[in-house]
Amino acid sequence: MREQEGRLVASLAQQGISRRTFMKYCATLASMMALPPSAGIAMAEAMASSRRPSVIWLPFQECTGCTESITRSHSPTLEGLIFDAISLDYQETLMAAAGHQAEEALEKAIEDNKGKFVLIIDGSVATGLDGAYSCIAGRSNLELLKKVAPHAAAIVAMGSCAAYGGIPKANPNPTAAVSVSDIIKDKPIVNIPGCPPIPVVMTGVLAHFLTFGSLPELDKLGRPKAFYGETIHDRCYRRPFYDQGKFAKTFDDDGARNGWCLFELGCKGPITYNACATVKWNGGTSWPVESGHGCLGCSEPDFWDGGGFYKALSMPANPLKLAAGAAVAGAAAGVAISFANRAKKGAAKAAHETTTLADLEK
Amino acid sequence: MNEMQLLTWARGTGLDFAVGIFLLGVLWRLIEIYSLGRKKDLSAARQAAGASGWHTIFRRSVPAEGMLKKSPVSYIGGYTFHIGLAICVFLFAPHIKLIQSLTGLSWPGLPSQFVDLIAVVTIAAMVVVLVDRINKPVKRYLSTFQDWFTWTLTFLPVLTGWMAVQHLLLPYTTMLAIHILSVELLLVFLPFTKLFHAFTVFGSRWYIGTVNGHKGVAV
Repeated sequence: MREQEGRLVASLAQQGISRRTFMKYCATLASMMALPPSAGIAMAEAMASSRRPSVIWLPFQECTGCTESITRSHSPTLEGLIFDAISLDYQETLMAAAGHQAEEALEKAIEDNKGKFVLIIDGSVATGLDGAYSCIAGRSNLELLKKVAPHAAAIVAMGSCAAYGGIPKANPNPTAAVSVSDIIKDKPIVNIPGCPPIPVVMTGVLAHFLTFGSLPELDKLGRPKAFYGETIHDRCYRRPFYDQGKFAKTFDDDGARNGWCLFELGCKGPITYNACATVKWNGGTSWPVESGHGCLGCSEPDFWDGGGFYKALSMPANPLKLAAGAAVAGAAAGVAISFANRAKKGAAKAAHETTTLADLEK
Repeated sequence: MNEMQLLTWARGTGLDFAVGIFLLGVLWRLIEIYSLGRKKDLSAARQAAGASGWHTIFRRSVPAEGMLKKSPVSYIGGYTFHIGLAICVFLFAPHIKLIQSLTGLSWPGLPSQFVDLIAVVTIAAMVVVLVDRINKPVKRYLSTFQDWFTWTLTFLPVLTGWMAVQHLLLPYTTMLAIHILSVELLLVFLPFTKLFHAFTVFGSRWYIGTVNGHKGVAV
């Protein structure tokens, strides 16, 4: 009975999800991750038969936006339910326990699932002042990460902060924030960047892990290729307007009303690898560009210091400081050299001696 | 340094230095060249009809009689890549946006696929011109390091820009950064190499035309 309760499929059944819906979901997930059709069935079988995977979710220097994204915006879709269905053994925002109780739950979860649990981390790791900038129960995030990570089967760096340092790492980075992969080098880490990341990417990675016992194929920034393989710009429904040279110049001009390209308003779609343009947000309702705002590039490293959200990608990232000084210096150099040239000419003229016939006969 | 930091550096500090050196060099050389002056020609003018500075500016853009047949690659290739370059640089929407942000001037752009096609034509023309320079013994003999160097400086921005748009070889972010860096290299060297003809070509034609006109040289 306990065993049955622990299975993911049973948990879904309790929530009114039919087997057919579950199979369809797995097939969709498989196709989204560019896996062969048979993978959908394999996923369904693996998820149906596996015990609910133990997940420990540690929040570091973060804003809880990643948690909000997954728990709220998609509820009550299947992704939300799957998320409910994993055995989330430690998640400060969601768990009922608090204080010492919560810490005990963490210790117990590590002990019970040593080497098997998935460690999700959102938020960057503060390393300044020995990590004292961000502490939980008197322990720094840095210390906690070093303690828990060795026992995890795999680590999911959830959101841009955990994946790349994110906003805490933005200039001047007062807390010396770094990413999870800057600290942990000997564990499989999958980065799911985004501010916040797309929920289905998260469930897709979990489903892959359950089915194949490994992380999906990653790009060189540690992101699942299936979701971060193409740029926003290349999959954007406004792309034809870019190609035609039709751009919105302000947020309320005719171009904006006609849904033209937002490149000139600072859209970072061309350099942003994410699935927003295809998967969309809030259950496929819309996404930033569709709602009229350019992409901020939130799933890219250091997006916060990318030269301003409203500057077109081809514009200078910072105002040019040297130009005026250089122009003055150049003009001064030109004038100085022209005076030198004139002096040389004058000297040559002064030194000129008239040659007479008598001179030549000497 | 990751790709994004490289791109931001190229768009920020790198661009600042490149534009600075470019302005410094251009102003320096223009003032120096035009302040050189020339001794007054005391001879009586033998003005030939139609021979003047202004006429020469135009006339030198048209191949002399028989030359087009004799050296078609130089003329057709040269025209193609110069016009192609101008279209790519000045009529591609993101470039116009850059110029607007630097100078406040803007004008309508062309569809990106058209600019893409022109870029391919420009690349092809530049390669043909280079091959011709290597193949023709006289051209090769006359070529110095600066000729090969300035060809490379001009070619790289076109190639990397086109490759960035086409997503070839490297991710777009990296290729875009390399493209911007290659343009910055061009900006830095332009005032101090023969590429400075971009600024002096019409001035020097006018000058030569005026001197020739005074001497009564038929154009």
